[in-house]
Amino acid sequence: MRFVYREARLIDEKRLDEWYELFAEDALYWMPLVRGQPDPHSHTSLFCEDKFLLKVRIERLKNPLSHSQQQPSFCQHVLQRPETVRSDDEAQEYELRTPFVYLESRLDEQFTLGGVAHHTLRREDGQIRIAVKRIELLNRDAALPSIQLFL
Amino acid sequence: MNGKHYASDPQSLRALVRPDAVHRDLYISEELYGLELERLWRNTWIYMGHDSQVPKPGDFYTAEIAGSPLVMLRGRDGEVRVFLNRCAHKGTRVVSAVEGNCGSTLRCPYHGWTYRLDGSLRTVPLKGGYRETNISDSAHWQGLAQVPNVEIYRGFVFVRLSNEGPDFREYFGDSLSSIDNMADRSPEGRLEIAGGVLRYDHDCNWKMFVENLNDAMHPMVAHQSSAGIAKRLWEEEGDDGTPPMVVQQFAPFVNDYDFFDGMGVRIYENGHSYTGVKFSIHSKYSAVAEYERQMFETYGEDRARAILGENRHNTVYFPSLTIKGAIQAIRVARPLAANRTVLESWTFRLAGAPEELLKRTMTYSRLINAPTSVVGHDDLHCYSEIQKGLHAEGNEWVSLHRNYDTAENEGIAGVYNGTSEVSMRGQMRAWLKYMLPPKAAA
Repeated sequence: MRFVYREARLIDEKRLDEWYELFAEDALYWMPLVRGQPDPHSHTSLFCEDKFLLKVRIERLKNPLSHSQQQPSFCQHVLQRPETVRSDDEAQEYELRTPFVYLESRLDEQFTLGGVAHHTLRREDGQIRIAVKRIELLNRDAALPSIQLFL
Repeated sequence: MNGKHYASDPQSLRALVRPDAVHRDLYISEELYGLELERLWRNTWIYMGHDSQVPKPGDFYTAEIAGSPLVMLRGRDGEVRVFLNRCAHKGTRVVSAVEGNCGSTLRCPYHGWTYRLDGSLRTVPLKGGYRETNISDSAHWQGLAQVPNVEIYRGFVFVRLSNEGPDFREYFGDSLSSIDNMADRSPEGRLEIAGGVLRYDHDCNWKMFVENLNDAMHPMVAHQSSAGIAKRLWEEEGDDGTPPMVVQQFAPFVNDYDFFDGMGVRIYENGHSYTGVKFSIHSKYSAVAEYERQMFETYGEDRARAILGENRHNTVYFPSLTIKGAIQAIRVARPLAANRTVLESWTFRLAGAPEELLKRTMTYSRLINAPTSVVGHDDLHCYSEIQKGLHAEGNEWVSLHRNYDTAENEGIAGVYNGTSEVSMRGQMRAWLKYMLPPKAAA
């Protein structure tokens, strides 16, 4: 539970290299486009990032040539208490469900998103890692503005 | 321009478009935007949707074009028709969901007037109340108003709301070859919408997007921080083997000027054009073996190679539709205000082809066109900065000078070097042509 709070806090504080280290090597950071989407491949997704694509985003945010971040964006997660929906002590795998509100702002512009984050966490060599973070966005069918940070 | 009188004064409209520059009012004037909806977006052929979105009788799909709510509906006879989505009684939108199936009739949610799938009025509750009135002589008794000018080309449904305006074939001419190439890439010659729609809110004028589609001078600059970083990280961290599809899709965005100049741009009359005459950023994707075999079987080797050898980059069907035939994806501009546009990105399944090709186009759409796309962020940032920058006092003109040649004034159709701004000059000419009242244009 503390892990989920800390994960959101690392994003909000832009400690993205530390955030990146929370993910397992075969991790998936996924935001489906369609309700009830069974997998990342049967439909387009809003995010469907492996560690390589997460790295691209993180490096881009640091790069001075990222013009859309010349005026930087900031974000704030507001999390409800995570609920454990599956706990497999033998496999050391846990699934948590966390309703959230997400704010992203850039100077005078701010938008609000909400939904439920589903974490599949795995213990590897004594460390908890994210195997899958799936974000079920409430208004996924709306015309969305640029979402430049991470939910 | 001082004194806004565009609606009544054709001369003031002509003064906005020079052969090599356009006035900023095309992007920032709300008055001009209103006039665009009345004229350009009603007098020309606008993309409504694809007939694969309504495969069965009663299936419908709605969209708004030039401010009018429309519904595309498959009838019991299998015909696809487009109606104004307005009850003949008091104007309620008869269908409010974006898509679905209405069964055998459409029923207004307010007073229960019902319509057959061909739009004709079926029942009105307590019909006797109208017995002594003259309603039967009026439009209210004629059912749902049908859009008279609808053309379905290889499944692409276009509408022209105005009764005046160019014939479909005359308007698009040989530019339709890009739609043909996309549909021919299916071993069954058929496309199906699949994968969902990405809708991206843009705080800019719709023309900035349309112009950008054949702008070959921006990728290596605007996308340096996104595609450029993906390419660099792969070179640093990846192995020497074939790069994964995401890297194959990102990397060509930062090809050099010679590449983008050499790929060429073909211009048609009426604002249509495509980049990638000789090759494009889609040329070097890994082949899908089973698919090639299917194509050879269907078309014969020579014809199949000719179809797959076309790798057009972006084709603009001015003003509403842009397509990528080589990866069966389209983007649709739905303007909402002078400074606001929703862009829709749709992908297609090539009927009969391996699902891997659908996955490839969905990956591209997510990486490049989604509201979460780093490439999309670069582009939209530039458009919205133009939208703001154009308010600067002093120079009121936007330059379209690159490779301008006076010979274009005799006829603009032809093939040019890829980095020319000729496609934008062609779009602006078409803009003026369809913004002028018919008499003034003649």
